[in-house]
Amino acid sequence: MDFISTLSIFVMACFVGYYVVWSVTPALHTPLMAVTNAISSVIIVGALIAAAAAGSGYANWLGLIAVALASVNIFGGFAVTARMLAMYKKKDRPVPVAPAEKAK
Amino acid sequence: MSGAVPVAVHTDYILSDIAPAGGLSVSPWVALAYLAAGVLFILALRGLSSPSTSQRGNRYGMIGMGIAVVTTLLTHGLASLPEIGAAIAVGGGIGIITARRIKMTDMPQLVAAFHSLVGLAAVLVGWAAYLNPQAFGIAGPDGVIEAQSRVEMGLGIAIGAITFSGSVIAFLKLAGKMSGSPIMLPGRHVINLATLAAILGLIGWFTQDQGLWVIATVTVLAFAIGFLLIIPIGGADMPVVVSMLNSYSGWAAAAMGFTLHNTAMIITGALVGSSGAILSYIMCKAMNRSFISVIAGGFGAVAADGGEAREQRPWKRGSAEDAAFLLGEAEQVIIIPGYGMAVAQAQHVLREMGDLLKARGVRVKYAIHPVAGRMPGHMNVLLAEANVPYDDVFELEDINGEFAQTDVAFIIGANDVVNPAAKTDKTSPIYGMPVFDVEKAKTIMFIKRSMGGVGYAGVDNDVFYMDQTMMLLADAKKMVEDINKALAH
Repeated sequence: MDFISTLSIFVMACFVGYYVVWSVTPALHTPLMAVTNAISSVIIVGALIAAAAAGSGYANWLGLIAVALASVNIFGGFAVTARMLAMYKKKDRPVPVAPAEKAK
Repeated sequence: MSGAVPVAVHTDYILSDIAPAGGLSVSPWVALAYLAAGVLFILALRGLSSPSTSQRGNRYGMIGMGIAVVTTLLTHGLASLPEIGAAIAVGGGIGIITARRIKMTDMPQLVAAFHSLVGLAAVLVGWAAYLNPQAFGIAGPDGVIEAQSRVEMGLGIAIGAITFSGSVIAFLKLAGKMSGSPIMLPGRHVINLATLAAILGLIGWFTQDQGLWVIATVTVLAFAIGFLLIIPIGGADMPVVVSMLNSYSGWAAAAMGFTLHNTAMIITGALVGSSGAILSYIMCKAMNRSFISVIAGGFGAVAADGGEAREQRPWKRGSAEDAAFLLGEAEQVIIIPGYGMAVAQAQHVLREMGDLLKARGVRVKYAIHPVAGRMPGHMNVLLAEANVPYDDVFELEDINGEFAQTDVAFIIGANDVVNPAAKTDKTSPIYGMPVFDVEKAKTIMFIKRSMGGVGYAGVDNDVFYMDQTMMLLADAKKMVEDINKALAH
């Protein structure tokens, strides 16, 4: 990929991010931060390449440490987001509307 | 112009050279897999538009991450799988245990800690790419790194380092391990700007000189500036800081994505970067402050000094029984929680109070200011934890018109967000900040530890002295428990 295609993807993704994030309900801003945290750990891709590559022992070690750090974030970030999201509940009121609509 | 930057060649070079020969490592499929991961991350954020779709979104995110990791392992990592597996197991184990054990009130510092890890990982990956550029396909066999990659690498390391040290300070402040009040160095703006200029200059120089000292100096200076940027910011400005660091962690990932020509990293970096930037903007707007003035820091440190001149004005103190009586008779009660509720861990007893009131036919609503708490959405998570249904919880602009028809405005642990000075007093440091119109309610109940303390902004609050205000002076949790006892009778 040349620089311009990479840059195009980046710019488009910024716009997508802009619209998607504005549509996030303010009540979920904390889970939003937790999940963005988890996904930004996709940097693990770079860490894996460094950890696996032949050629430099130092680079391997740096890569392995980065893999461990990013894993804390990935597992921790998704788990804590799931834990928070499971807490958001609707009011459990009896809903007699559904059968009435079926009857129509 | 054309052909000046022959980067494309090397992408194929890594894939064909390191990956085992076989169907799995065909380059277009790998690129597609990373693209799919990026799209799944977009869907993960999209799911958060409503609580009902959010859990599915989170699962998309996990799948996306799984695809990215497995694709990378298949194309690069099979050789050292045991070590990598061990690193993932150790990190993942720590992550999951932390995520399970953390208290919801401690979420801001957890998020700050996680940001610091992304930052540090970016620094390490950048350094690994510097030490072993061939593995990343950014250098020829002679070990000379391409100029463009050097800039990307330098930026990635610098942003990562700022994210790391800034987040560590934010973590220490949020966890109360370091004073939350702003620490002001003399001439800090000059120091900060000079450091920033030096970093950018060195990254420029890095294109000419691939020497170790250049990138090492960039790293050290970036660690320093992350530290310097966050120490003068404190207290109620922390939501902006946390959002800003969130944004930086995204830009760091994006910069590394450019270095690696990896679509998943670039898309994610852009998403996270814009997400944090938008949250910072929302927080600044909710405080009527400019981003620059927040970054410049020091808010609250000056204003608090003017406190002695405050005149003594009469105010009414109420008891839990008085409060319970009035609450029980009300038709509508609006509860306004703030950081004090989180500190007192009062969310559960507050929900019990809401239940007791509802049982008496009182309409109970919760009103949340965008900057309540120490991170965006902090109060919403705490109320959700206490089983408050999310359709009872309202945003500032959706509920502010209702105070005139409200019998009791119940303020627990909030202060500046209900201060009418924001609407009337042009000299007030919080002037222009959107606030709740609590003074329109028939009765205001204000839970506060004592009359001495003022809000974070250090300004007095006229609400304390209004005729319809009842001050409930006690620990928030204790007071609500007493109200609940009185209501249960």
